[in-house]
Order: sequence, then structure tokens, then C-alpha cells
Amino acid sequence: MILRRMVMMGDAISHAVLPGIVLAYLLSGSRDSLLLPVGAAGAGILTAWLSELIHRGGRMETGAAMGVVFTFLFAVGIILISAYAGHVDLDTDCVLYGEIAFVSLDTMVMGGRELGPRAVWMLGGALVFNLAFIGLFFKQLKLCAFDPDLAVTLGIHPNRYHYLLMSATSLTTVAAFESVGAILVVAFLVVPPATAYLLTDRLGVLLILSAGIGCLSALGGYELASAADCSIAGGMAVAAGVLFLLAMLFSPSHGTLTRWFHRRRGGRSDRLAELEGMASGRMS
Amino acid sequence: MKWELALRFFSLQDANVRYVLFGSMLLAGATGVIGCFAFLRKRSLVGDAIAHAALPGVCLAYLLFESKEPYVLLAGAILAGWGGTLLIDFIRENTRLKEDAAIAIVLSVFFGAGIALLTVIQHSGRASQAGLDKFLFGQAASLMSKDVWVLGVLALLLWAAVWLAFKEFKVYAFDPEFARGIGLPVRGIEIALTTLIVAGIAIGLQMVGIVLMAALLITPAAAARQWTDHLPRMVILAGVLGALSGAAGAFTSALAPRMPTGPWMVVTVTFFFVASLLFAPRRGVAARVWRQAVSRATIAAENVVTTLYRLDEREGAPRSSWPPEAILRYRPMTPAKLEGLLRRLFRQGLVAFDGRGWALSEEGESRARRIVRRHRLWELYLTEQLQLPAHRVHQDAEEIEHWLSQAQEEELVALLDQPLLDPHAREIPRIQPG
Repeated sequence: MILRRMVMMGDAISHAVLPGIVLAYLLSGSRDSLLLPVGAAGAGILTAWLSELIHRGGRMETGAAMGVVFTFLFAVGIILISAYAGHVDLDTDCVLYGEIAFVSLDTMVMGGRELGPRAVWMLGGALVFNLAFIGLFFKQLKLCAFDPDLAVTLGIHPNRYHYLLMSATSLTTVAAFESVGAILVVAFLVVPPATAYLLTDRLGVLLILSAGIGCLSALGGYELASAADCSIAGGMAVAAGVLFLLAMLFSPSHGTLTRWFHRRRGGRSDRLAELEGMASGRMS
Repeated sequence: MKWELALRFFSLQDANVRYVLFGSMLLAGATGVIGCFAFLRKRSLVGDAIAHAALPGVCLAYLLFESKEPYVLLAGAILAGWGGTLLIDFIRENTRLKEDAAIAIVLSVFFGAGIALLTVIQHSGRASQAGLDKFLFGQAASLMSKDVWVLGVLALLLWAAVWLAFKEFKVYAFDPEFARGIGLPVRGIEIALTTLIVAGIAIGLQMVGIVLMAALLITPAAAARQWTDHLPRMVILAGVLGALSGAAGAFTSALAPRMPTGPWMVVTVTFFFVASLLFAPRRGVAARVWRQAVSRATIAAENVVTTLYRLDEREGAPRSSWPPEAILRYRPMTPAKLEGLLRRLFRQGLVAFDGRGWALSEEGESRARRIVRRHRLWELYLTEQLQLPAHRVHQDAEEIEHWLSQAQEEELVALLDQPLLDPHAREIPRIQPG
């Protein structure tokens, strides 16, 4: 998503799936129903589709269109929860509401022991699904991300993959709810890949690296949370942020400080090389 | 019972109701106004990031000063919001990451830090922290009159600032390069605008909550945009729509004090947006559909008129009368539709009925001549200038004959050097001046 500059769509979807999940939950009466991921995926696709519609019909930038759509859907979700809170087992409601919005309050207890196995199953399943999705469609996704026009001429439909990607995002979001909560899903959708993006230029390496950084953030975050007695998810987001900061400043190829340092050290010879590059018609 | 509450609300007897209502309207109106500039600068989602980024600021302020005074928390929110904006710009300018990634990173990391701090506060067992989490969803009802005063005053300041600096903001919003060129302090304006946006978000947070704050910035502006291209009108309209949504929020909080007000404000303002999208006079969907229908009807009527002319031409008898079947052979359509068109043309005085068939009136004939002239000029243009074969040009001309203007017609005549015949050796009708 970073490559396609659609990162905020991930943020939008992670918020907008709320009403989908709530509706699915209300219809099915249980938190384990398969309807929940379906509701989430549906809400995610709806978000993508409505955003595009408003972007074109209302003639505004995609960001604004997304903003209108996901805030509305999220508001509807909150209203649904508040309205039907009385009909729902308070404990479950607290979990649904609490996890999705707060995460923090009981994560220490829930994320670790009681829900452990289930969350692991769900996230494990999501991981497998994502791996399969990316594995099967790697070339197509790569092409659609870098050169959608070429993809069209080759008979690949960027649109289809776009919506597949949106669905995958929605499903991952649902799976992640259990342990991390909607709002912090974005942190993990974006920050590790962004960090990896600052460290490599190759797509394959990028994917592996972001997964690795994600794990690192999770571990580091957990340690931080235990030490500071705060929310696990919050700690993980902070850990991811710290890693990002480090990469941003010190990355060997793209780091801000490394570049500044090179410029200072390289001095004249560096600038000369730049000039030479420009003179021969290449942009450095 | 609810009706009683509603009536009480509208009668404005309750002082608290008055405070919350006017405070909400002022606030939401202010964010609507300032949101226009973010919207036009295409930085709508930065507002979302700022709203999320404010959380750690609020928590830190509380931790550092051990106080929940509104101005303390606000200061924290504003500083954190500013920090977030600076970081977004820094990431965007100094790394290969684009703006959307920068926004998302700042948003999620700051918010995560905020949640972490919030839990630290909660676990520290300080009873007074309970009010901090109303920042997450907004609780207009829990605003005490003191809060409303502070927020209201700030909102008024926001309105005043926009009013005073409107001209500068306007130029900057539409064309920063031009603003720089005419000597405006672009950096200063940018800082001022960002400060206003951050402040607006900070004060709106308690009403509508972090996640939904973006809606109060973006959606009124988006709705107002559908109605006008004129900035002052757009800003005022956005302010009004925002204020109305604020009122809806206050209303909700009066009826159901424990219900979060934010979602209802968002639903209200989104409703305005959808209505604007559909019904705004020029850009609205309904208006566009209407215009398309009207032009389709006009084209169909014009086609009937030209058909009559062509039939006349073939028989060599101008303005003779033709039965509907003759027209239908040229222009297949349902007889009912043709009848409707003929009636419409009759009302416009372009055709007449003589008992057996329909004929062009004098005015109808001159109208037909004009259209056919353009059709044949266009055909000639396609064959002569674009080298298209004669049998391929008819369809194109069929479509464009309705849209060519007088000026374009004259241009074609000049270009083709006063032609007399079209590619099919038919006469190009001449138009008498006057």
C-alpha cells in the first residue's frame, strides 16, 4: 500500500470495518461467527468503493473523500453499539467496544492468557491467508503497484487486485482486532513497511524486512509495556515508531543523518560528482 | 418522556442547555470554517493525523501539571498537534515516503503513544483521570460551563482570525506561488493557518472525539463545495452546516447524556453532504441528470426538425406535409415518442399539422437549415481537412450538429472557403443574415 500511495485507505478501512463487524455480530449473535470477517470485508470494500465514487462525483481529493466515508461509517458503528448495548451481554459488549476503541484497558490480561489461543489462531490464519495471497499473486500485485497501465495492456486487471487487496486488508484488520484493536492496526499496517522502505529498494526484501520489523516492534513493545505498565498495543506502536525513527535517521541508503553526514564528509568531491552527473544529462 | 426533554431543549430554558448548544454551534461552526482551507489545500487527512496526535499531548499535559484545567489540556493538544504536523512535513520532505505514508505514521505512532500514556495514567490509580478518555469519543454533555466558556472564546477567536486574514488565506489557499509572487508572507500564512487548524481540532476534540474529528473539518467543507466556487460563500456555508451539526450534537446530549455526541454530529453533517451532492444546483447529481435529460430531449426534437427538412429536400418541395410514418422511416422510435416530440415542436411554433401530416413552419425551416448547414459543413471538414472517407462522416456530424456554435460555424466556412456542396454533393443550406 505504501507503494501505491494508498496507505490512508488502510487507515480508513480499519475504522470503517466497525459497523460491518457490529452488524455481523448483531445478526449472528455471536463473536465467533464467520459472519464477522464477512461483515468486515464488506465494510472495507464499501469504503473503497464509496470513496472512489465521492472522489469522482464530488470532485474532491481522494483523502477528503475517504475522510467523509470512514468517519461516517465509524460513527454509524458507534451508534449501533451504543444503541444496542443493552441487548448485549455486558461483558461481550465491553470486549467488543473496549477492544476496538480502547484496547488498553484490559489488554494486559486478555491479550496474554485467556484469549491467547483464539487470537493466535485468528491471526495465524490471517498470516497464512496473506502469505498465500501475496505468494500466488506476487507478480501481478507488483505490476499493479508499479505500473498499472502496463498491467492493463497485459490483461491483468488492476481494479480487481485493488479490491482484492482491500479485502485482504479488511480481513487482516478483523483478525487483528482481538489483540491490537482497530486503531492500532494502522500502526502495524504502515510503520514497519515504511521503515523497511527506508532500508531497501527491492520488493522481496521489503516484504521480508517489514515482517521482521513488525515482529521486532511487537516484541519490543511488549517489553516496554511490561516495564511501564501500560497498554501492550500502545507500547508496540511506540516501539514501531522508534524503529522507524532510527531508520529514518540512520538508514545506510536513505537516512537523513547519514546523508547529511556524507554531504559534510564528501564535501567537494561529492558535489563535483553531482555536477558531473547533471552535466552528462542524468539527475543524481 | 423523550418529547418532554426535546421540548425543554428547544425552549432553551435550561442554562446548561444554552451553554452546550451555543458552545457546540460555535465550535463546530469554527471547525467547519477552518476545515475549508485544509480541504482546499488538499490536506484533509492531515487533520485526522493532528486529531490523533493530540492525545499524547493531552496525557502529557495532565501528567506534567496534574491538572485537568481546559487550557492545560488544550495547550498539550495544540503542542502535540503542531509537533505532529512538523513531523509529517519533515518525513515528507526528507525521505522518499510520500505524504499519505507520513500522515499514517505520525497518526498511528502518536496515537499509540497516547493510548500507552492513557493506560499509564489509568493504572496509576488517579481517580481524576476518568475525564481524559472523553477525548476519544467526545462527550458534549460532560462539558461543564467553564469548559464551554474557554472553548467558546477560542472558537470566536478562530472566527475572528479567519475574518481578519481572509484575503491572505484565500490567495494562499488557491495559489501559494502567486501569493509568494505578490509579496505575501507565505511562510507566515502557512504557520497561521496550521495554528488555526490545530487549535480548531484541539477545541473540537472534546465534542466529537479523536477518530471523528476529521469529519467536522472535512465534511462541512466538502458539502459547501458542492454549492459554490466562491470562497466566502463556501466558508460561510461550511460554518453554518458545521454549526447545525453542533446543534444536533447538543440535542443528542440533552436527550441521552451518556450517549457519545460525536457520532450524531458526524451523521448529521454527512447527511448534509449527501444532500448537497445530490441536490446542489450546478454540481449536484440531480441537476446533472436533469440537464442531461433536457439536452437529450432537445436533440431528439432537433432531429425531427432536420428529418422533415431532408424529406422536403428529397421531394424538392419545401415545407410539405409528411405523415409520421415517413419520419419514423428515417428516425426509428416509438410512435408515442414521436407524437410527444411533434407536439412539443408544435408548441414551440416550429411545425404545423394540416390534417394529413406535419410540416415545418417558416421558423422551423430556418432552424432546420441552420442545423443541416452545420452538419454538412462538418462533413466537408472531416473529408477535406482530415481526409476521412465520405461514408464515414455522417455519424460524427449527426452528433456534433447540435453543438456547433455560430462562431465555430463561421470558422468552418472560412476554413473551407465558402463551400456550396457537402461530400455527398448535397447543397449546404445558406443562411440569410438577420
